[in-house]
Amino acid sequence: MIKNISNLGDAALYCDFGKEVNKEINTQVIKYFKTIQKKNIIGVNNIAPSYNKLIISFDLKKINFNKLKKIIDNIEIIKSDNIQNKKFEIPVCCEKEFSLDIKRLEEKLKMTEEKIYENFFENEFFCYMTGFIAGMPFLGDLDEKLRAKRLDTPRVKVPKGSIGLTEQFANIYTFESPGGWNIIGNTPLNIFDSTKEKEPNLINPGDLVTFKRISKENYQNYHE
Amino acid sequence: MSKNYFEIIRAGINSTFQDLGRKNLYHIGIPFSGAMDNRNYLLANKLIGNDHNDPVIEFAYQGPHLKYHGDKLNIAVTGDVSFKIKKGDNLTDGKCYQTFILENNDELNIISTNKSVYGYLAISGKFDLKFQWSSCSTNTRANIGSNNGAKLSDNQKINIKEINQNFSNTKLNYINTKIENIRVVKGTNFNYFSDEGKRNFFKNEFKVSKLSDRMGMRLEGQKIENIIDTNIRSEGLIKGVIQVPADGNPIIMLSDHGTIGGYPKIGVVISADYDKLVQLTPGSTIKFQEVDLNSAETLFKLYDLETQNLISQI
Repeated sequence: MIKNISNLGDAALYCDFGKEVNKEINTQVIKYFKTIQKKNIIGVNNIAPSYNKLIISFDLKKINFNKLKKIIDNIEIIKSDNIQNKKFEIPVCCEKEFSLDIKRLEEKLKMTEEKIYENFFENEFFCYMTGFIAGMPFLGDLDEKLRAKRLDTPRVKVPKGSIGLTEQFANIYTFESPGGWNIIGNTPLNIFDSTKEKEPNLINPGDLVTFKRISKENYQNYHE
Repeated sequence: MSKNYFEIIRAGINSTFQDLGRKNLYHIGIPFSGAMDNRNYLLANKLIGNDHNDPVIEFAYQGPHLKYHGDKLNIAVTGDVSFKIKKGDNLTDGKCYQTFILENNDELNIISTNKSVYGYLAISGKFDLKFQWSSCSTNTRANIGSNNGAKLSDNQKINIKEINQNFSNTKLNYINTKIENIRVVKGTNFNYFSDEGKRNFFKNEFKVSKLSDRMGMRLEGQKIENIIDTNIRSEGLIKGVIQVPADGNPIIMLSDHGTIGGYPKIGVVISADYDKLVQLTPGSTIKFQEVDLNSAETLFKLYDLETQNLISQI
C-alpha cells in the first residue's frame, strides 16, 4: 500500500511504498501502475514504477498535485489475478570475451567462477522494473553469496546484451551504454526492439526470468 | 526521390528533429525527449502556420548550413540565433521570429546561437520523417526517432514530403531574456544533506559544466555534503530533478534523461523555469532559489499565459 504521497517538483506525484525491496511491495507498485495506466486519468503523461516507489508525471496545464493526489488516494486497485506474469529463459554465453568482470567477482566474493555461475543459473529472477536505458530489466533477487558492489569506475561502454550483477540485482544491457555493473556474460537475444511499437520490451515488471548457459557455438548460431 | 529537399553542407554540432516528444513510456525506459525549449519550439511552428506538434530542426550552438532544392518554401528561426540567407550572390542577415522565403538553390546558414544553447528551424511543409510512438523526436542515446535515431550529419539530405502554400510574411517582436536565478522546490531527499550543504545549495553560485547535453546539465561549485547516504534505491526520474552524486556536484536531468536513477534528489527545477534553464551555456553561473509548490504552480500559470499571449500575437 502507498505509505505516503508527496510532490516531486510541481508536475509529479511521488508515491512511497516504504523502504524495503521485496516482491510483495513491488507487486503492489506494479498493481497501482497497471490500474492507473488503465484509468487514463486526464493530464497523466507518464508513470514510472520502481522497486518501492511510483512516480506519476502530469501536465500542469491539465491537472495539479492536489487534484491528482485526491484521485490516487481514492483509487480502487485491480485484483491480483488480473495481472499475468510471463516466464522467460534467457540464453547466456559466459566465454572470456563476454564475462568481463568474473575475475573481479571471484576475488570480491571469494568464490570460484564455477560456483558463481552454478548459483546464478539455478536462480529464478523477478523483474522489479525496466528502465534507465530503454527496456533494461532490473531482476532480483540474487543469492546473498553473489552480492557485490558496482565497479569503482563505471565503464564508458558496456556491450549490448551484457548481463550485469550488483547488490541483489541482475540486469541486461539492452544496447551499448555506460554502466558500472559486474558483467558476467552476454545474451544473443534482443531484449528491446524499438521497431515494435506495442511491446518493445521482451521482459516487463512482474515477469519471471531464468538464465540458461549456452556455448559460444550456440551463441554465434543463435539467430539461425 | 523527393522533389523538395535540403542538402546539408554542414550539419552543425547537435542538430536533431524534435516535436513535443513521446508520453507514457517511462516504464519501459524511454524519456519524453522533444524540443528542449518548449516556448521557442511553439513560436517557430506558429510563425510558419504549422500545427503546434509539427517536427522542427533543433540545433545547439552551431546550427546547420543548408542548401535548398525545390519549390518556394517559407521558413522561420527562433531563439537567439545568428544566421544568413544566400540568394545567388546576395548574402543577407536573417532575423529570428520572422519568416523568410527560400527558393531553389538558396542557402540558409545557421551560424550560431548567441549566449544560449538551442534554436529552432521550422518550415512551411512536412519533413519526410519516421515516427516512433507518435513522435519524430530523435533520442540519440537510445537511437530512437527520426533519422534512424541519429543527429544530422554532413552531406545527407533532408527530404520534404509536401509544402503548404502558406507564404505569408509574419513577424513577432520578442527577445529572449536570460535568467540565472533558477527556482526549485525541495526534492524528496532534501534531508540527506547537511545544514551547511542545504545552505550552500541556495546561497552559492554554480557553474554550468561543459559536460552538459540533452540528457543532463552538470554543475560545478562548492560541494554539497551528504550526511545520510550518497546512494538511494534506484527509482524513477523526471526532467528538472537535481541529483547530487557522491562527488557533491549537482546534475540536473534534462529531456533525454535516463528514466531511473540512484542518487539523492536535493531539488526539482520548477516547470516555469525549464525553458530558460536549458538555454544556459557552459560557463554560465546559476543560482537556485527555493519556492513552495503553490508558488511553482502559479509561476507556471503565468509563464504559460505569457507563451499563449506571444502565440496569439502571431
